Amino acid sequence: MRDRVLYNLVLFVLIIIACAILLGDLTDGHEARTIVNIGLNAMLMFGAFIAIFVGVALVSKEIEKRTVFAIFAKPIGRGEFIVGKYLGLCLTLAVNVSVMGLGVSLALIYVGNTGLAGTIWPSILLIFFELTILTAVATLFSSFSSPALSALLTFFVFVIGHFSTSLRDLAALSSQSARYFFEAIYFVLPNLSHFTFVTNASHGDMPPASMLGGAILYAIVFDAILIAAAMIIFSRRNFK
Amino acid sequence: MNYIVEIENLTKDYEVGFWKKKKVRALDDLTLAVKPGQIFGFLGGNGAGKTTTIKILMTLLFPTSGTARILGSDISDVSMHRRIGYCPENPYFYDYLTATELMKYFGELLGLNSADRSRRASELLTKVGLDEKDWNKQLRKYSKGMLQRVGLAQALINEPEIVFFDEPMSGLDPIGRREIRELIIELRQKGTTVFMSTHILSDVEALCDEVAILRGGKLTATGRLDELLTRQGERQVYEVSLKNVSADQLPNGYSVRSIASGVIVEIDDESQIDNLLIEARKSGGHLISVQPVRQSLEELFVEPPTA
Ligand SMILES: Nc1ncnc2c1ncn2[C@@H]1O[C@H](COP(=O)(O)OP(=O)(O)OP(=O)(O)O)[C@@H](O)[C@H]1O
Ligand SMILES: [Mg+2]
Repeated sequence: MRDRVLYNLVLFVLIIIACAILLGDLTDGHEARTIVNIGLNAMLMFGAFIAIFVGVALVSKEIEKRTVFAIFAKPIGRGEFIVGKYLGLCLTLAVNVSVMGLGVSLALIYVGNTGLAGTIWPSILLIFFELTILTAVATLFSSFSSPALSALLTFFVFVIGHFSTSLRDLAALSSQSARYFFEAIYFVLPNLSHFTFVTNASHGDMPPASMLGGAILYAIVFDAILIAAAMIIFSRRNFK
Repeated sequence: MNYIVEIENLTKDYEVGFWKKKKVRALDDLTLAVKPGQIFGFLGGNGAGKTTTIKILMTLLFPTSGTARILGSDISDVSMHRRIGYCPENPYFYDYLTATELMKYFGELLGLNSADRSRRASELLTKVGLDEKDWNKQLRKYSKGMLQRVGLAQALINEPEIVFFDEPMSGLDPIGRREIRELIIELRQKGTTVFMSTHILSDVEALCDEVAILRGGKLTATGRLDELLTRQGERQVYEVSLKNVSADQLPNGYSVRSIASGVIVEIDDESQIDNLLIEARKSGGHLISVQPVRQSLEELFVEPPTA
């Protein structure tokens, strides 16, 4: 079932790319740039969609539907369950992002821009690591709250995470108490703008190695903290 | 003697209410030990705390206080789960898997090789009486009784040394119940310990070696079923069903209930049955059945034995 959803999404992205090519024909001369913009942003959106909905379903649906009862009577630890679910979904996302990326590259080759077809991949890698954070957030929320609430909260983190730099700017402008509030949010929530490179990528730029490495390190540290927290919370949970 | 399940001073409070948390004591200082190789009946009415106890043993719930061991290991040791099986109350599994896929998946979690998984899956699904044409149907299309059968089958995939069945007969049709009874007896013959919760007294009588009786989260009695019954002062009652005869055609002194096809007479002395039949035949009555009813078991259920 899950696979079917993913196939549909991949198909959808391919359609988007087809649209981008058509659109590219209209925006004469800039088709490659349009393809990168639409393609990579769509990839992020669909990836986020999968991370949020599948990520939430993986843990809290199992609790809600009581499928965990039989699972934990098997020799499976609570922590192991969380890590397994998380890594499984990350792998699925990696496959999906790669397929979508390949689609975008093929579209670029089709319109004759082989250069861009290669230089977009570091940006795709950034998108993937952003998605691993989102998946970790979804896993953490669903380790203690209902599927619907987890999905909503993860979506907020996704949106706010992208405006997180503006949050800090907002903090600088605000009164004392409001400043602490905005700064607290800034530090607690992942700053997803570290992973945004789509517009530059459409101009054929590649993220500098320091940015790429920094962002990946940031993602790995954030993932580890979130998943560790999810494991601790989940290990103490009663399944009523 | 080594015990296979040891429960010590187990207490569980549920917190209820969203704002003002109120505590509900579901299990109160339960201490219990189960010997290996037997069918152990865990009895009690609705809300007595049976499911709560079993879920604590399976580490689905954490006790408020107390400890428990299974096969000599503390319940927190998940590696011991390789040697046990569990069928939850009203089991529910993945909607989009088929029964065969589920069995194989659980077999994999338990470290069985692929050949064993397939063999055990079809063996067990046959044994729990699941129709072979349903094996490859998605579980979301299953009825309650069919899910119950899958639940029992999956608990046995690893040939466990002990199984925990929470109301194994729930949702089963009469044939299903007979099949599961036979399955439980067969497990015991192979040396598997069966720990089952139930409130079906006829199953208890037919199956259990020892029982524990819970009421309001407290243990009220435990021991061999026959001993408990003797202690209770066993009173065997027979229900004799007769047709083509009405209550007023029988001599006074019998306790008679009228039913659609005739009457049911309650008799507490076996030797009286012959007399009753002679009387009934005089007015053209026929015997339908004689059924022994152990009233004392029901009493044990409701009232703790004094002494
Ligand atoms: N999730 C829960 N939240 C609050 N109280 C609960 C919860 N589950 C059970 N209880 C309470 O705990 C007590 C024991 O319930 P339990 O489910 O263990 O009973 P049981 O013996 O399995 O009953 P049944 O025969 O109906 O299955 C009951 O009083 C019940 O109200
Ligand atoms: Mg119960």
